[in-house]
Amino acid sequence: MSDELTPDEALDKIDYSPRSKGEPSNWLDTTKSVQIRPGMYCYAAKADSVNTLGLPNAREWNPLDDDWKLPEDWKEILHNGIKERLERFRTFKVFMDVCVRCGACADKCHFFLGTGDPKNMPVLRAELLRSIYRNDFTTAGKIMKKIPGGQRLLGARDLSLEALKEMWYYFFQCTECRRCSVFCPYGIDTAEITIMGRELLNLIGLNIDWIATPVSNCYQTGNHLGIQPHAFKDMLEFFVEDIEDITGVDCTPQFQKKGADILFITPSGDVFADPGTYTCQGYLILFKYLKEKYGLDVTWSTYASEGGNFGFFTSHETMKRLNAKMYAEAKRLGVKWILGGECGHMWRVIHQYMDTMNGPADFLEVPVNPITGTRFENAASTKMVHITEFTADLIKHGKLELDKSRNANRIMTFHDSCNPARGMGLLDEPRYVIENCCDNFYEMPPNTIREQTFCCGSGAGLNAGENMELRMAGALPRANALKHVHEKYGVNTLGTICAIDRAALSTLCEYWVPDVEVAGVHELVGNALILPGEKERTEDLRMEPLPGVEEE
Amino acid sequence: MNQRYLIPLTAVFLLFLMAYIGVEGLGLQVVFGVIFPYLAVLLFLIGFVKKVMGWAASAVPFRIPTTCGQQKSLPWIKQNTIDNPNTSAGVFVRMVFEIFLFRSLFRNTKAAFNRNADNRLSYSWEIFLWVGALAFHYAFLTVLLRHFRFFTAPVPSCIQFLEYIDGIVQLGLPGLFVSGPVLLLAALFLLGRRIFDAKVNYISQAADYFPLFLIIGIAATGIAMRYFTKVDIIGIKELTMGLATFSPVIPEGVGGLFYAHVFLVSVLFAYFPTSKLMHMGGVFLSPTRNMANNTRAKHHENPWNYDVDVHTYAQYEDHFRDKMIEAGLPVDKKE
Repeated sequence: MSDELTPDEALDKIDYSPRSKGEPSNWLDTTKSVQIRPGMYCYAAKADSVNTLGLPNAREWNPLDDDWKLPEDWKEILHNGIKERLERFRTFKVFMDVCVRCGACADKCHFFLGTGDPKNMPVLRAELLRSIYRNDFTTAGKIMKKIPGGQRLLGARDLSLEALKEMWYYFFQCTECRRCSVFCPYGIDTAEITIMGRELLNLIGLNIDWIATPVSNCYQTGNHLGIQPHAFKDMLEFFVEDIEDITGVDCTPQFQKKGADILFITPSGDVFADPGTYTCQGYLILFKYLKEKYGLDVTWSTYASEGGNFGFFTSHETMKRLNAKMYAEAKRLGVKWILGGECGHMWRVIHQYMDTMNGPADFLEVPVNPITGTRFENAASTKMVHITEFTADLIKHGKLELDKSRNANRIMTFHDSCNPARGMGLLDEPRYVIENCCDNFYEMPPNTIREQTFCCGSGAGLNAGENMELRMAGALPRANALKHVHEKYGVNTLGTICAIDRAALSTLCEYWVPDVEVAGVHELVGNALILPGEKERTEDLRMEPLPGVEEE
Repeated sequence: MNQRYLIPLTAVFLLFLMAYIGVEGLGLQVVFGVIFPYLAVLLFLIGFVKKVMGWAASAVPFRIPTTCGQQKSLPWIKQNTIDNPNTSAGVFVRMVFEIFLFRSLFRNTKAAFNRNADNRLSYSWEIFLWVGALAFHYAFLTVLLRHFRFFTAPVPSCIQFLEYIDGIVQLGLPGLFVSGPVLLLAALFLLGRRIFDAKVNYISQAADYFPLFLIIGIAATGIAMRYFTKVDIIGIKELTMGLATFSPVIPEGVGGLFYAHVFLVSVLFAYFPTSKLMHMGGVFLSPTRNMANNTRAKHHENPWNYDVDVHTYAQYEDHFRDKMIEAGLPVDKKE
């Protein structure tokens, strides 16, 4: 950690005026000077992981080396790849053509705001690829490249090795959060361009390991950490012991139970890493409560034990391969519908892709909450409900007994995760749950929440350790808004509904706002929910004294 | 100096001279008054249609609207039906706002950072680009429609009404059409942004300056003809009506300035389909804006969906069976 920048040093670097940094006046010139700098990129994908998935060009390589060990015909592969994707995705084709470079997106990206690097302006990130597109795929490009200086006038360039390296560097400095697309007058979604860009890079074996290895693990083992079935069970049982210590109630879950009502799938980050683990305990407590009170039968699965879909950061095809397990397992177990845990990009995949990729799920029923009778019309086809939709419904119908005072020490704010916010519009459900579990809730400033929410800076597979400088810079806008409510209202807990957020924001809080903790929404539910037969609780799920208890 | 705007500026100036000298010096009225305009309109129509058909030919495999408000979920949670529509009606309203009012741009903010004790990132509402863009586009539209009086006889009443509204500020003789100067000023504002805003300057290409200079040239020549040089309007109408009725005539006494104006317009038309100006067509086809957010409620087909290799449960169990049995996890096959 000693080679990392201190917050002060990081802040010193911020300057939003591209000129003052001695950048050449035309960004087309800079390809030769692309500096891939440690701290700003993730390690290259390991050959083993790429092999497992049968993806092309598995080999050991290092982004810092001159030689990236590319296949000989890499230009042709990319050219054909671009061509194919232009036909398959109208988004890609339209977004390549219609940008007017108005600059509305320029200062919307958290990486630009945190680094001041002009190539982190969304428009320029897209232009990296667009310049190649213009050169090779448009009539104007084909004419202009025959005229001396014509390419420059058009903003076109050849697909050179330098251009490729630059694309790799900057496409993996985008968390695909879509904040820029909210402001674009044509709805150009840089995430979509980055997704295509990363797909293309995968065709010649250029991925990062923090994506490739989790994908490989998910594929083989069912979850991104490669937790094997018995270990997965052990981990949940470990939480069960903790919960029993705290509440006196045994919340042992069921696994792979055929004929259960609901299959529950959550990101494995909730099973593995603090503070997601407390959220996981919240789920266990909720399901126990529902079982005892209403006989609801929820099962977990070790096979479909990952909601997070790192395939999304690889290619549409890989995303589909990983996502397929959810329906396959629901079908095998014969459940009625699927409930999904708190996760960001998992929900973007479920909401926008799953039914189209792997549906229709006609072997499942339209989700109905058997306790309240609510029919989840908005999930009628996909048959998958978000847990905050489910819990909010239970609370609204008065089906949960909640003791808010147990969260009285939590002065909350809520971080909208990018994907649920800008890919679904899941905004009020989690807020409703928080407000029913906790009395102290304050919003961050309006330009930083809801659809304008800022990314944690570590999404889309960039949550590695080696790119810490990038992550902390990317997290600055989020942290800055958080610091504001921390100072103004004494906010000490940042609620969120994303597993990557829980991992990433904890690190960013340590760096930028040290007195704030991160918690999943269902951790609050777990604390507040009064389990039938529970003993008098003295500790919260973090095994810290409950408010009021420490004074006694 | 910055060649990214000097070259387009020079180019537009040369185009102007080309037409002016071509007519005044070489007598090429037919080339600049008939051949180029017809060619330009043809290129515009073919290019525009080809481009839009090209976009339409590409699939929309997944519904990926950018949602900017609360989804439709539980009955008691208020949905944002415009920014997060789940029906075609909602999408229609969203698109109308987008196309006619530039709603997304209206949202624009400006970020600033103060390196001091607070180290505060702040965001302020940035309305000027929206105002500039809206003024530019509406003025352009008005000017364009107003010109239909040159191509129609009798002039339709709606065009006459538009002229009446446009000229409602009574100033000088001939009466001032507000749209002209507004178009010129808005274009100059957009140009100023490109030159003086460091971020916008950095992202700007020659292809961004060229159409701006072209439009500034068109607006300036148009205003010059109407208010200052007083061209022969009867002659011009003779020529334009000739074009509109496909029986072109070249009247006497119409000077080079008019032909230069027409030529710049022709260049803009011909250039349109191969350039970023195609955002005019693209805004209708943007999949993040023109789709309903009902992806979980309704099944949508992907036209090229294909089967992929998946790691099946059976393979998984084969791999881990012993460990699963030992841990007491249920298995399908016991042996």
